Amino acid sequence: MNCRAEVLEVSVEGRQVEEAMLAVLHTVLLHRSTGKFHYKKEGTYSIGTVGTQDVDCDFIDFAYVRVSSEELDRALRKAVGEFKDALRGSGSDGMGQISLEFYQKKKSRWPFSDECIPWELWTIKVNVVNLANEQERQICREKVGEKLCEKIINIVEVMNRHEYLPKMPTQSEVDNVFDTSLKDVQPYLYKISYQITDSLGTSVTTTMRRLIKDTLAL
Amino acid sequence: MDTDLSSQDRKDLDKFIKFFALKTVQVIVQARLGEKICTRSSSSPTGSDWFNLAIKDIPEVTHEAKKALAGQLPAVGRSMCVEISLKTSEGDSMELEIWCLEMNEKCDKEIKVSYTVYNRLSLLLKSLLAITRVTPAYRLSRKQGHEYVILYRIYFGEVQLSGLGEGFQTVRVGTVGTPVGTITLSCAYRINLAFMSTRQFERTPPIMGIIIDHFVDRPYPSSSPMHPCNYRAGEDNGAVYPSVEDSQEVCTTSFSTSPPSQCVFTVTKAHFQTPPPVVTDTLKVPVMGLAFSHQLSSSRLSYQPAALGVGSADMGYPVLFAGGLHAAHPHQLIGPGKEGGVPPIPSQPAHGTQADQERMCTPLDGVHYSAATPSSSEDTETVSNSSEGKCGSPHDLLETIFVRKVGAFVNKPINQVTMANLDIPFAMFAPKNVELEDNDPMVNPPDSPETESPLQGSLHSEGSSGSSTGNTHDDFVMIDFKPAFSKDDILPMDLGTFYREFQNPPQLSSLSIDIGAQSMAEDLDSLPEKLAVHEKNVKEFDAFVETLQ
Repeated sequence: MNCRAEVLEVSVEGRQVEEAMLAVLHTVLLHRSTGKFHYKKEGTYSIGTVGTQDVDCDFIDFAYVRVSSEELDRALRKAVGEFKDALRGSGSDGMGQISLEFYQKKKSRWPFSDECIPWELWTIKVNVVNLANEQERQICREKVGEKLCEKIINIVEVMNRHEYLPKMPTQSEVDNVFDTSLKDVQPYLYKISYQITDSLGTSVTTTMRRLIKDTLAL
Repeated sequence: MDTDLSSQDRKDLDKFIKFFALKTVQVIVQARLGEKICTRSSSSPTGSDWFNLAIKDIPEVTHEAKKALAGQLPAVGRSMCVEISLKTSEGDSMELEIWCLEMNEKCDKEIKVSYTVYNRLSLLLKSLLAITRVTPAYRLSRKQGHEYVILYRIYFGEVQLSGLGEGFQTVRVGTVGTPVGTITLSCAYRINLAFMSTRQFERTPPIMGIIIDHFVDRPYPSSSPMHPCNYRAGEDNGAVYPSVEDSQEVCTTSFSTSPPSQCVFTVTKAHFQTPPPVVTDTLKVPVMGLAFSHQLSSSRLSYQPAALGVGSADMGYPVLFAGGLHAAHPHQLIGPGKEGGVPPIPSQPAHGTQADQERMCTPLDGVHYSAATPSSSEDTETVSNSSEGKCGSPHDLLETIFVRKVGAFVNKPINQVTMANLDIPFAMFAPKNVELEDNDPMVNPPDSPETESPLQGSLHSEGSSGSSTGNTHDDFVMIDFKPAFSKDDILPMDLGTFYREFQNPPQLSSLSIDIGAQSMAEDLDSLPEKLAVHEKNVKEFDAFVETLQ
């Protein structure tokens, strides 16, 4: 099927990158996570409960809601941390993008490996600005807060379109649709990758693929 | 229209919509409590978490919502609305948001009730969680406390957006199609936060005041016995709300995957207790967290108990509404406080669907929740006073223009007042005017140890929303900067003038780029000379350093 793609753009100061990215990613994952499935006999299943919590940003006048799952939060923070470090790295003009892709696995017969078919892709383009003084930083705090509010409204609007979502899987198929490795919530299978644009405008090949299972399998 | 919908599906759908409405109200009110919400994820379904989301149920809020719905469901022309408003310590109030849960006629017959509709309602609740943190009222509610509190009101019927001022914005949280109609959840929020300048000159005491107080154990004994606060109408005591587990229907959902369209959905009805009919028309219920309420508890010391209504208003009790508390009786709303032989307030039947419930001032002999920050000196100027006073004769009072004084304790003749006309967002949080000296207890500060808010003043809000006589001063704002404790006979200029003058200092020259660039060259040129001078004085410097050691 076609993969639905959404692009969001933000301009932030260096120290705001992490919180801004986490806010957007958590908001998307809030909508794309369910409770843990518990399969019973006769093909029925029940769904666990998803808790939520408020997060206040330190460098942005903004607050957002995320799923109450420390594992998920850790995974996102790790990915965003690496993105932030890469942005700061040499050859970067402060421009890059981080992508959150939801995919389904399709089992293929041997010798072919499983296919990953994306069905939704969120891309956040980031432009890091440098500010001269405290007054500008204060204005930036407020402005970025307002911008993020707009982004959240955009995300909710997309979610509300009720477009394609993978079919609810049977017990044997659940790992092809959902990430079942977390103990308290169950997001759809996702991966986070990023790209840094160097000052020449070309994409540096620092694409990093992370499957959540691999990280936790360490 | 229902021919295609089986009766079981219809029952399920009604149940979903009902609990969706209740959960919507919970999410909105909890988001305006002023504190961060945190609930835990649970991998094993408990059966009482509707829509698979951990949303706590505050009993008073559920009660209010059920009362407003009065057994009905949102339908075409009958929307459930949650109005969020702000009330200052001076008694002025302003509507901030109206959240509307509406139903329209567009049906989606093909959709599966027990599966798709349920999941989409769950998604909509998640969207609501996200959006409630994004509107301007969220930040206001996080900062509520001494100067203002956030109140909510639930009503059912036609949406009233007139109180939001001009140019209000709307954000749509989402829609869910069902076989009986499309559910839409949206929010209209005010963006013009300028207050009106005129203000009630006299505050008539309320006929009835409701104090919301969560403290059963008071930290300090007061001179007269204060009754534990309970939600009562006079005839029975201790009408504590039933806990969630008792009163809510339990939802155990199991979904089937084979075939995916089929769903086994069981809803078991737990023992359902209806709380005894108590207070009826609730005007507004304040929304504040417990943390704040603790601070305010001590300030009730100075209040003298008096007859109900007047007394309770005089006391200026803070309206405290605990969300997610762990106190013994966490969710008790106070009915009419009973102090000193106050007659009980007669209950009125809930006017769930009457239009007049939508007005800000419900019938005066209804029960009102009032919010006020403690201010011992303002005995006659509590919020509840103002709200009732407004109800009583709001409109003629609002047309009086008042002369403002500059400075909180300024002994200035009235004709020297200058008024600044400001129209700035969040202007209400700028320091405010005070009313005339004679009526202003702040001018003659009492010896009470209570500290008044440093920015006392009067904000003048427009009258009640939907005030039928209308107010001609809709967008007129007059706010004069009046810092506390300033007297202008000490200096030629008072603190306010000083502050105004030096509020926006010019940019430092070293920070401006072009001057910096120029002076850089000069600096570099002058460096050798400076070094030479310093070298000459080396011995002096050394001696100085030695004295330090």
